[in-house]
Amino acid sequence: MSADDTALKSMPALVVDAVSKRFHLKHTHSLKETFIAWTKRKQLRSDFTALEDITFTVPEGQSVAVMGYNGSGKSTLLKLMSGVLRPDSGTLLTRGRVAGLIEVGAGFHPDLTGRENVYLNAAILGMKEHEIDQVFDDIVQFAEIEEFLDQEVKHYSSGMFMRLAFSVAIHVRLDILLVDEILSVGDAPFREKCRMKFEEMLEAEKTMVVVSHDMEMVRELCSRGIVIKKGKLRFDGAIDEAIAYLQSEAYLKD
Amino acid sequence: MALKDPALASLNLSEFDVPGRGHGLLDVFRWRFLLKLLVRKETATRYRNSALGWIWSYVRPAAQFLIFYIVLGKFIGMERGVENFALYLFSGIIVINLFNEGFSNSTKTLVDNAHLVRKIYLPRELFPVAAVIVSFVHFMPQVGVLLVVCLFFGWLPSLSMVGAILLGLITVLAFTLGLGMFFGSLNVPFRDAQNFVELILLFATWVSPVLYSWKMVADVLPQWLVDIYLVNPLTTTVQLFHYGFWAPVSTDPHPFPDGFWNYAVIGLVISLLVLFIGQLVFRKLEPKFAQDL
Repeated sequence: MSADDTALKSMPALVVDAVSKRFHLKHTHSLKETFIAWTKRKQLRSDFTALEDITFTVPEGQSVAVMGYNGSGKSTLLKLMSGVLRPDSGTLLTRGRVAGLIEVGAGFHPDLTGRENVYLNAAILGMKEHEIDQVFDDIVQFAEIEEFLDQEVKHYSSGMFMRLAFSVAIHVRLDILLVDEILSVGDAPFREKCRMKFEEMLEAEKTMVVVSHDMEMVRELCSRGIVIKKGKLRFDGAIDEAIAYLQSEAYLKD
Repeated sequence: MALKDPALASLNLSEFDVPGRGHGLLDVFRWRFLLKLLVRKETATRYRNSALGWIWSYVRPAAQFLIFYIVLGKFIGMERGVENFALYLFSGIIVINLFNEGFSNSTKTLVDNAHLVRKIYLPRELFPVAAVIVSFVHFMPQVGVLLVVCLFFGWLPSLSMVGAILLGLITVLAFTLGLGMFFGSLNVPFRDAQNFVELILLFATWVSPVLYSWKMVADVLPQWLVDIYLVNPLTTTVQLFHYGFWAPVSTDPHPFPDGFWNYAVIGLVISLLVLFIGQLVFRKLEPKFAQDL
């Protein structure tokens, strides 16, 4: 059996194949400006390459950390996986339901009650009505906001708000979890609870892609590390080696 | 779709999804629970913190109706040319109001929901569809008022009247959604679109026989222009509403142009075409929504 065959023995949950993403930075903001710039032969836009030719696959049940300094393209990669952005070239494939702990609380409406917001957000994250009914009590319990459930969210403290948003996101039924800078939420006991929840997911063989600067947490949660810099894949291997690489001279050079 | 990595050549691609690629308007049915919640969010929060609340939904159309009725009906004397002018006016105005609100809201909805579009993937068609449904929700009570007035005039519904009203509704909703998706997706890279739409809305009230009779148009324009005027989906919908609500209580022997139903069907076909083009343009621009907002 060749090395390739072993890699594919279990079907990957996530395939990233030669993916590139460029952004056009527009210098004009209306038809009028575009027209004037065009007549003056000014440059209308400049390109910026956020990701270049990234290839890797994640087997089902694996937990991968994507690491790199700010501006290296980590979050863009995660947004491509979630479908918010689309690659300019290359192919990205997912198997199963993808959900993200990215920008939790984005769908919250301050004028709706906690209860209404739970339903609205869970639905935004792709859950059906009966699925939400099933986990509703768990969500409320996890967020510890039972007594404020029927109050408008704008009266919540920021901690309560984040706990509820996080709780909704983490109870979405999923096969692949995308995580961007987690565990900056809430107080120490709540963070501990979140850590437990993640470990539960690991045991349930969920596939995870984690973006974080917190090396300790990444080391604990992930078995594999992918290091990117300026949109290019620089290292792909065991998590300890990846962290060592990130902190080494080699990463800083060129 | 070919993968570049040779190690993946044996992969069964049918089990995989491409993130961010939806099925257009069909997705709206699959996500109908979210659609329901989005509509409820809009209708529930619109009049938060206002003492009169939903009454505002009636004040504006009522004031508008009153102005038109007094100026056009009494001062200019339309009342003498069109029997039951108040009913004629009202049954047309509610159609235009539905169109105006739905079109304007669905044009702005992606920009208004930018925080969601930029951060979470969900079928983006949900936003214009929800916007049009919200305007339909506001339209229903106006139909209620119209029905009460009609019954007062001795209106009795027949199958053809109900058919005309339904045909009109389908026409105007498809037309509104189509235009809303077209200009709404253009509005993401170029906010000029929403100003342009306001301009269109300024014309909407006047390019259909709401405030006057189609006969006045037929008297002055050449036949080919009259034909264009009569197949315009707004005209056909307004006429279908006149057919359903006003004509039964009027004694005008010749209230509608010859070939009335032909015009109505062509109007519907144009609406569906507009919806198709709107969806096409929306799909074309959708991959860039998140980065352009």
